[in-house]
Amino acid sequence: MVKISNELIEQINENVIKGRRHKEDEDFEGGSVGEPGVEELVEEALKGGVKPKEIIGCINEAMEVVGKKYETGEFFIPDMMASAEAVSAGMDVLEPYLSSTGESMDKFVIATVEGDLHDIGKNIVALLLKGAGFNVIDLGTNVPADKIVETVRAEDAKLVGLSALLTTTMRRMGEVVEKLRAEGIDAKVLVGGAAVSVSYAAEIGAIYCKDAFGALEAVKND
Amino acid sequence: MREGILVKPYERLEQEQLERIHEASLSILRDPGILSYNKEAVEIFDDNGAEISAHTEYWRISIPEGLVEESVKHAPSVVQLGARERENRLILDGREPRVRFGTGSEANIILDIAVEDFVSEETGIKRSFPVFQRRRGTIQDLCQAAHLCEHLPNVDFFIRTVNIQDEDITEGNKDVNKFFASLNNTKKHVMAGLTNVEKLDDVIRMAEIISGDNNEPVISFITCVTKSPLQFVEDTTQNLIEIAKRGYPVSISASPQGGSTAPLQEAGMLAQLNAEILAGITLAQLVRKKTPVLYGSVPLRVRMDNLDNMYGAPETNRYNIDGVQMARFYGIPCYSTAGIGDSRFPGIEASVNKLLSHLFIALSGAQYIHYAFGLLEGTNTFSFEQAILDDVHIGMIKSMLKEQRIEEELQDSLTMIREVMNTSHKMFTRYARRYLHAGDVIPFYPFEGDANETLLKVKARNEELLSSPVDEIPEEIKKRIFQEFDVLERIK
Ligand code: B12
Repeated sequence: MVKISNELIEQINENVIKGRRHKEDEDFEGGSVGEPGVEELVEEALKGGVKPKEIIGCINEAMEVVGKKYETGEFFIPDMMASAEAVSAGMDVLEPYLSSTGESMDKFVIATVEGDLHDIGKNIVALLLKGAGFNVIDLGTNVPADKIVETVRAEDAKLVGLSALLTTTMRRMGEVVEKLRAEGIDAKVLVGGAAVSVSYAAEIGAIYCKDAFGALEAVKND
Repeated sequence: MREGILVKPYERLEQEQLERIHEASLSILRDPGILSYNKEAVEIFDDNGAEISAHTEYWRISIPEGLVEESVKHAPSVVQLGARERENRLILDGREPRVRFGTGSEANIILDIAVEDFVSEETGIKRSFPVFQRRRGTIQDLCQAAHLCEHLPNVDFFIRTVNIQDEDITEGNKDVNKFFASLNNTKKHVMAGLTNVEKLDDVIRMAEIISGDNNEPVISFITCVTKSPLQFVEDTTQNLIEIAKRGYPVSISASPQGGSTAPLQEAGMLAQLNAEILAGITLAQLVRKKTPVLYGSVPLRVRMDNLDNMYGAPETNRYNIDGVQMARFYGIPCYSTAGIGDSRFPGIEASVNKLLSHLFIALSGAQYIHYAFGLLEGTNTFSFEQAILDDVHIGMIKSMLKEQRIEEELQDSLTMIREVMNTSHKMFTRYARRYLHAGDVIPFYPFEGDANETLLKVKARNEELLSSPVDEIPEEIKKRIFQEFDVLERIK
C-alpha cells in the first residue's frame, strides 16, 4: 500500500511537470497520450487513502520544479500554463475532499473590467494562480463592477484581480475598488494590463503587477 | 546526413531563356574562347579537338560547342561530401533544390569586440558599449572559427574562414595546417582552396588518415579557375587539373564582377558566368570523366565609387539567383553565394545585405551556399559574433522555408480546435509545446536589445561556445599526423 501510494505521488508529480490534465493529454513532447493524467491519478490516490495534504504537497513541489525550469529557460509560458492546468484539474478532484475535511484554498476573484474584452493576460494570471493552489473564480471579460463586488462579498474572497488593457476601461478599476471599500470589503486588489501603471494602481489603492509572476509575488507577501 | 531544406525554387528565367543563355555561353567559348595562361590545360583541349592559337603570354582556346556539351554530361548530378561524423555527410543532388549553408572566404582580418564603459556627459550615467578591434587572422583564429562553427547548428559545412598569416606559416606548410586546424575542430565537411599544388597529396593523405574507412572524402577543394573575363589562370587551373586527376570533389568557381570584369546586364553577366564555369567543368571532365564538381557561382556587382565588390547590390542577388537556376539546368550542384555584409562592422547595413541574400539565395534552391557566416567588409573580415547572429538568422530562414505538412497536420488541428473550444479560456498554448521542445520553433529572438545590447549578448554567447569543448581527432591519429606532416606544434 505504501509503495503504491508513493508511486502514485511520484506519477502525479511527473504529470504536473508534463502538463497533463487527463489521459487524453499529450506531454510537452507530444507523447504520453493514453496514460493516466493528474485527474485520474489524484482520484486513484484519494481512493487509495492518500491524504489530500500529501497530494497538495506533491503538487506544490512539482510546480516549483516547473518554475525552476522556466527560470533556466528549459520551460516557456505554454509549459507553465499546461502544468497549471494540470494542477487545476487535480484540484477539482481534490475540492470535495478538502471541504469535507475543513481545509480550503484561498479564493481569488479575477475579471477583465467592463468594456474590455482582452483576456489573454488575465487567463495566464488566473491559470498560474490556480497552479499555485488558489481557488480562482474567473468571471471572464467585460464584467461590470457590481458583479465583481457581489462575487467578492458572496465568496468572502480576500484577493481580487482586475485586468484592463484599454486606457478607457482602466478607469473602471478605480470604480471597483471604491465600491469594494464602500461595502466595507478590504480585500487586496491586484491590477494589471497594458494600460495600467504603478502610479495609477497607487492612486486607486491597488497593487500593480507587471505579469503573472508579479501576481504570484504579491499574493505570497501576505 | 544533413538533409538541407527542400524548397519550391524561386526562378526568374523560363526554360527557353535558360537554353538561350546556354547557347550564348557556348558561342562565347568558341568565340572569343578562353585565354589560357596554363599550358597543360591548352594541351588537354588541343588533344580533344579545340582550336588553339598561341600568343606571347597565353594561348587562345576556341572550344567547340559539342566538346562542352559532351563533357558537361559527364559531370555527376550527385556529389557526396563526407565528414568526420557521418551525420554531417552531405549528398548534394544538382536536380533537387535542397538548401544548405556553410562558411567561406579566407578573410584577412578578424574583428574582435571589446567592452568598454562610457560615461554620459549629460547625465553622468555609465554604460557598457562594444568597441571593435581589427587584427590579422592567425591559425589560432582558424581553429576557433572551426570550433565555433562546430557548435552552430545551421552551419552545414566548413570552408576555412580565416587566412592564416602567422610568421611560421609558409607556402610549404600552409595547406596541411589549414586543413588540420579545420578538421581537428569540426566534424562537419571541410572544404578549402589549395595554396601549393605540390602539397595536394599530403593534404589528401592526411584527410584519408583522419577519415579512416569512411568512404566519402572528408575534404574537398575550391578552385577559382578563371579570372574574369574568360581567362584560365596558371596556378588555379593547375590545381583543378591535379585535383581532378585524383577524383576529389571540387568547386569550380567563377566570380565575374558586373560593371567591371563582366557586363552589368543580367543576360551578359549570366552568359559569361556560365561560360567561365562550363570551361572549368569541361576541363575537369576531360582530365577525368565523372570528376565530382560543383557549379561555383560567385557573380557580383561592383560599387561605382571605387569598383570594389558590392555584395549588397540588388544585382548581386539577381545574378546569384540566376546562377542557381543555371546550375539546376545542367543538374550540377550549385556552390552559391550569400551572406556577405559590405560594411566593416555588424549593424544595419550588414544585416540588410545578409538578410536579402540569405533569403533569396535559399529561396532559389542552391544546394551549397558558401560565404554565409560571419563575413563583413566584403569577404575581408570575419567576425565570430557576426557568425553567431548569421546562424540564428539562417535558422529562421530554414524554418520559414520548411516543407509544408498540411496533410498530416490537418486532422490533428481540427481535433485541437474542437478541444480548445470546449475549454473556458480557449488557448492553444499546450499544443504548441511539442514544437517548442522539438526545437522546431524559435521561442523568441535570443539577442533582444538595441544594437549595443545585442552585440554584448552575442559576445557572451561566443565566449560560452568557445569554452564548450569539441571532439578533436583521436590522439593516436593526431600523433601520426604530427609525425608525418609539418603541422604546427601549438595547434595540437
Ligand atoms: C491581443 C490584443 C487584442 C485582441 C484580444 C484577444 C484576447 N483574447 O484578449 C483583440 C484583437 C480582440 C483586441 C481587440 C481590441 N484591441 Co487590443 N490588443 C491586443 C494586444 C496586441 C495584446 C494584448 C495581449 O494579449 N498581450 C499579451 C498578454 C499576455 O499580456 P497582457 O495582456 O499585458 O497581460 C500580462 C500583464 O499585463 C499582466 N496582467 C494583465 N492583466 C492582469 C490582471 C491581473 C490581476 C494581474 C495581476 C496581472 C495582469 O499579466 C499578464 C501576463 O503576463 C494589445 C497590445 C499590448 N501592448 O498589450 C492591444 C491593445 C490593448 N488593443 C488595443 C485596442 C485599441 C483594441 C480595440 C479597441 C481595437 C478596435 N479598434 O477594435 C479592441 C478592443 C476590444 C475591447 N472592447 O476590448 C490598444 C489599446 C489602446 C488603448 N486605448 O489603451 C492596444 C494597446 C494596442 C495598441 N497599441 O493600439 N486586442
